[in-house]
Amino acid sequence: MKRTNFMLLAIALLLAILPLLLPAPNGLKEPFAGADDQGMNAVTTSNPDYQPWFNPLWEPPSGEVEGLLFALQAALGAGLLGYYLGLRRGQSQTRQQDRVDAGD
Amino acid sequence: MHIAEGFLPPLHAAAWTAISLPFVIFSARRVTRLMQDQPQTKLLLAASGAFAFVLSALKLPSVTGSCSHPTGTGLGAILFGPSVMALLGTIVLLFQALLLAHGGLTTLGANVFSMAIVGPWVAYAVFHGTLAINAPLAMSVFLAAMLGDLATYAVTAGELALAFPDPVSGVGGAFIKFAAVYLPTQLPLAVIEGLLTVVTVNLLKQYSRNELDNLAFALGGAK
Repeated sequence: MKRTNFMLLAIALLLAILPLLLPAPNGLKEPFAGADDQGMNAVTTSNPDYQPWFNPLWEPPSGEVEGLLFALQAALGAGLLGYYLGLRRGQSQTRQQDRVDAGD
Repeated sequence: MHIAEGFLPPLHAAAWTAISLPFVIFSARRVTRLMQDQPQTKLLLAASGAFAFVLSALKLPSVTGSCSHPTGTGLGAILFGPSVMALLGTIVLLFQALLLAHGGLTTLGANVFSMAIVGPWVAYAVFHGTLAINAPLAMSVFLAAMLGDLATYAVTAGELALAFPDPVSGVGGAFIKFAAVYLPTQLPLAVIEGLLTVVTVNLLKQYSRNELDNLAFALGGAK
């Protein structure tokens, strides 16, 4: 199982890195722009009259702060997930050890 | 899949909010009941939410030369059923709308509908549908997470198409245009999400057998 998981993670990593190594597709105005932004651009291109009627209540004052908050989001998620898996792994090992100790 | 703040006309924004709200309220009650009936699964539920939290923060490059992010909602949908994900997904989207100016409050209903409602339901249906035809568990988990991810982006394209139909080709033509923006970029990311979900389920099978046996997951005969 461990080997399967490592292989799956390796494939996932490869899929994420490969686009950076391959030559970028031609005719890109901005390489690796966000698809969410491109979606909104498609709206404004085909509907030049449309004005967003509401603005975000608060925006990160710079790209740095935005990066910080995205990193925070990922860290909170990964931290909790790692805590959970580590806790359960430890518990299942303790159970196994108890069985061994009990001569089971 | 985040429709930016103010980017849906007021009528559409209100309609998607009205559609999503009952799902989120039902979800909150479902989660409350789950906590009462099976308090031992509380931590696993939090971990499922955390999975969506981290995956939706990762903007990954795609072969199309654009970046996008997975949704991470398939895991929780498979483990707890799709209805709990409406609440968890809404929490993720609120965090991003308020702190990152990513998505928005006026478009929250539409974004919740695509990421926290349709995605999880598609994942759940694919998971049980493929298990019913005796697909291996890993294959079912992979397809569920991958297709749930893609469905989320397809719904976003649909929401934009309904709000901004093409003057010539109508809603259908606009849908094809928006889908062409999202789906090719999303395909490899959906595969990544599928793989990561399989790895997580493998770990859970190894370490969290007791919890899985108590959950909807056990219904799939996923021994």
